[in-house]
Amino acid sequence: MTKDAAGAFFRAEVERLMDRLYGTALRLTCNRADAEDLVSETVTKAWAGFSQLSDRKSFPKWIFRILVNTFISERRRARPESIEDMSLSDEESFSLFEKLHQPFLLWWSNPEQELINKLLREDIEQALSGLQEGYRTVLILVEVNGCSYAEAADILGLPVGTVRSRLNRARSMLQRMLWKQAQAAGLIAPTRDEEPTNG
Amino acid sequence: MGRRADKDVTITCEEVIAHVFEYLDGEIDAPRRSHIERHLEGCRACSSRTAFEKALRAGVRRRGVTEAPEARRGRLGAVLDRF
Repeated sequence: MTKDAAGAFFRAEVERLMDRLYGTALRLTCNRADAEDLVSETVTKAWAGFSQLSDRKSFPKWIFRILVNTFISERRRARPESIEDMSLSDEESFSLFEKLHQPFLLWWSNPEQELINKLLREDIEQALSGLQEGYRTVLILVEVNGCSYAEAADILGLPVGTVRSRLNRARSMLQRMLWKQAQAAGLIAPTRDEEPTNG
Repeated sequence: MGRRADKDVTITCEEVIAHVFEYLDGEIDAPRRSHIERHLEGCRACSSRTAFEKALRAGVRRRGVTEAPEARRGRLGAVLDRF
C-alpha cells in the first residue's frame, strides 16, 4: 500500500468510526473537551503506528484499544488511584428486572419493557457518568465496545476474574441508578418498602 | 425461582440468572450455553429476565455512540486534514 493509499484508508476508517470513538471517549471522560483531546491524541498515535498494523480488518479494535489505553495512561498519570485502586463497593447486587417484574401481570402487562422504552439517552448517560471510573471503564469496554473479558483484562492489566466481578458490580450500580432516576422522573412509582413513612 | 424448567433437568433458574450476563456477553462455553438455551425455551421467567437484560444492554450500547459534529468542525477535523 502506497503512503497515499494508506493515508486514504486511515482517514476513511477514522471518519467511519468517529462517532463511536467520540462516544466512547465522552463516556470515559464525561467531558466534551477532554473527549476531543482523547480522540485527537488517539488518532495521532494510531497514525504513528499505522504502518505496524498488519491486518487492516482489525483496524477498529486496534484504534479503540489505543483510545482506551491512552485514557488509562493519562488517568494513571493524573490520578493513580482512579483505575486500579478504587475502593470496592459493598453494595448488594441490584436488579431492575426484579424490582419491576410482576408475575401476576405477566400476560397483559410488561413494566420492564415499558421502562426500557421510556428511558432516554440522557438517563443512561447520567447513570454511566455516575459510576466510579474503574467500573465505568470496564462496562464501556465490554458493553459498548464489545470487548471480550480477556481483551478488557489485557487492556486494563487486570485478571479476567477481576474484570468479571467489576462488570457485575458496574451493571448492578448502573441499574440501581437507573431505578432511582426513573423514580425521580416519575416513570415508576416507589415500591412499598421505599415509600416515605410519616412520623 | 429455584424450579427446574421442564425440558432441562440439569440447570436451575438460579444458575441461569447467575450466568445471564456471561451468556449475553458470549463468555460461556458451548455446553453451558446449550444448557441455558434449552432452559430458556422452557422457562418463561428466565426468558423474560434474559430479554430484559439484553434490551437494557442494547440500550447502553446504543448510547455509546454520539455524533461529534462540533468535534468534526473543530480540532478533530484539523487532525484528520493531515491525512
